[in-house]
Amino acid sequence: MESVTLRVLDVWAGYEGSLALMGLSLEVRTGQVVALVGANGAGKTTTLRVISGLVRPEAGQVLFEGRRVDGLKPHQITALGIAHVPEGRRIFGRLSVLDNLYLGAFVRRDPAERRRNLERVFSLFPVLYERKNQVAGTLSGGEQQMLAIGRGLMLSPKLLILDEPSLGLAPRMVDRIFDAIAEIKRQGTTVLLVEQNLVEALELADYGYVLQTGRVVLEGPGARLLESEIIRSAYLGL
Amino acid sequence: MTPDLLVQVVVSGLLIGFVFALISVGLTLIFGVMDIVNFAHGEFLMLAMFAAFWLYALFAVDPVFSVLVCGPLLFVVGVLTHKLLIRHILNAPMLAQIFCTFGLSVFLKSLAQFLWGPNFRSITEPLLGGRIEVLGVFFGLPQVAAAVGAVLATGAVYLLIYRTELGRALQATSEDRQTAALMGIDTERMFTLAWGIGAACVGVAGALLSMFYYIYPEVGAVFALTSYVVVALGGFGSVTGAFIGGLIIGLVQVVAGFISPAFKMVVVYLVYMAVILWRPQGLFGRW
Repeated sequence: MESVTLRVLDVWAGYEGSLALMGLSLEVRTGQVVALVGANGAGKTTTLRVISGLVRPEAGQVLFEGRRVDGLKPHQITALGIAHVPEGRRIFGRLSVLDNLYLGAFVRRDPAERRRNLERVFSLFPVLYERKNQVAGTLSGGEQQMLAIGRGLMLSPKLLILDEPSLGLAPRMVDRIFDAIAEIKRQGTTVLLVEQNLVEALELADYGYVLQTGRVVLEGPGARLLESEIIRSAYLGL
Repeated sequence: MTPDLLVQVVVSGLLIGFVFALISVGLTLIFGVMDIVNFAHGEFLMLAMFAAFWLYALFAVDPVFSVLVCGPLLFVVGVLTHKLLIRHILNAPMLAQIFCTFGLSVFLKSLAQFLWGPNFRSITEPLLGGRIEVLGVFFGLPQVAAAVGAVLATGAVYLLIYRTELGRALQATSEDRQTAALMGIDTERMFTLAWGIGAACVGVAGALLSMFYYIYPEVGAVFALTSYVVVALGGFGSVTGAFIGGLIIGLVQVVAGFISPAFKMVVVYLVYMAVILWRPQGLFGRW
């Protein structure tokens, strides 16, 4: 049986008059990794921001586990179990690594659950354990990305949203981040992923959507999208 | 200067410095979380002093006890300030924000003038009067009590911010509002809380000061100006900085006042200008 964690229905949204999303619809099935790809300005980040409540859509619906969440405030949406790891990592640089992780668990007060999640994060990213008392701003870019993802996992998310997790990282670090996402997927967490690294993202994803000027122009299983004409010519230059 | 006199001056400076520290912690907390300078901070203090005065004059409640009323009372004033005013100008241009709290300051001063007149009042027979002798040096008991109260209150705020879940959420909101909201933190509640706690700090400080300081509608300016210097010296938004800065400015003021009373504020502002010139981010500043 396949159930749907997230459904975005005909969403229109934008900033100060200019529309970034024009009737966008997509679906994230439970337990899957879904990739959102497309050129800069296609509306990927806006889509994520609509889902987590940072941008209020002008029209359309967002359904999380069958319940409408558009119109809720970001902190209310987080409390329902959507962890949004924003573009540019946005860790709390003045606070310690541990403080950052506990902030990710702000709405999860059960100590046993926190301990479990902390162990999960540390086994996924051992370097965070080594640096747990360090001020987060002093971590390297890759470590900060690990911290941002780990902070998201502290929520015990039913949906983990990752916005450009490999942006600006060295190639070796990019591989490690993708390994981690694969491991998170294997552990059963549902993931919605926006990525510039198209090939890696689509290889990892169960399903993918290609966005162009605020609409979905192509969708399908990740591997199939990689073979499609539009991806090969427009994005891979083949 | 004899050793006795030196001890006298240094300790007096520290005593008033603890009160400066408490006032400044409130100011820096509001700024840290909101990025808004509360220009009505001194008037909040004035309100607290009047509250302590009227509780004394009408109900014979000494400031030692009314401090427990003035703190919560000003917490409410801070919360109302946020709910009725600040909330509506959060995304307004900075000038609008400045004029908003500055306008509130003028309003509160005028209101106090209108209701209670411009006269200087004081608490004539505080419970803790007279002097105490420490190591052969005499100190005013009210000043000592105020310092002790200020240290306790500052310590409580410090623990709240750095040792509790709520404090961690306040720190996160102060660093990055949007990401804090993504953590599930109700940032609007954090803003309200910052105003409440920030104002409660001067609520406590006002009651403590009323034990030995004159109470009149313009009294806020005396302490507010000093606390802006303290916060600039300590670093805007830094609680530790406000505490250390308060002690330094207290010392500077008393030592300068001992040498030449007329020029004590001149020296304080010289320190301020030196900070602006050579270390604009302050001692514990973030940027």
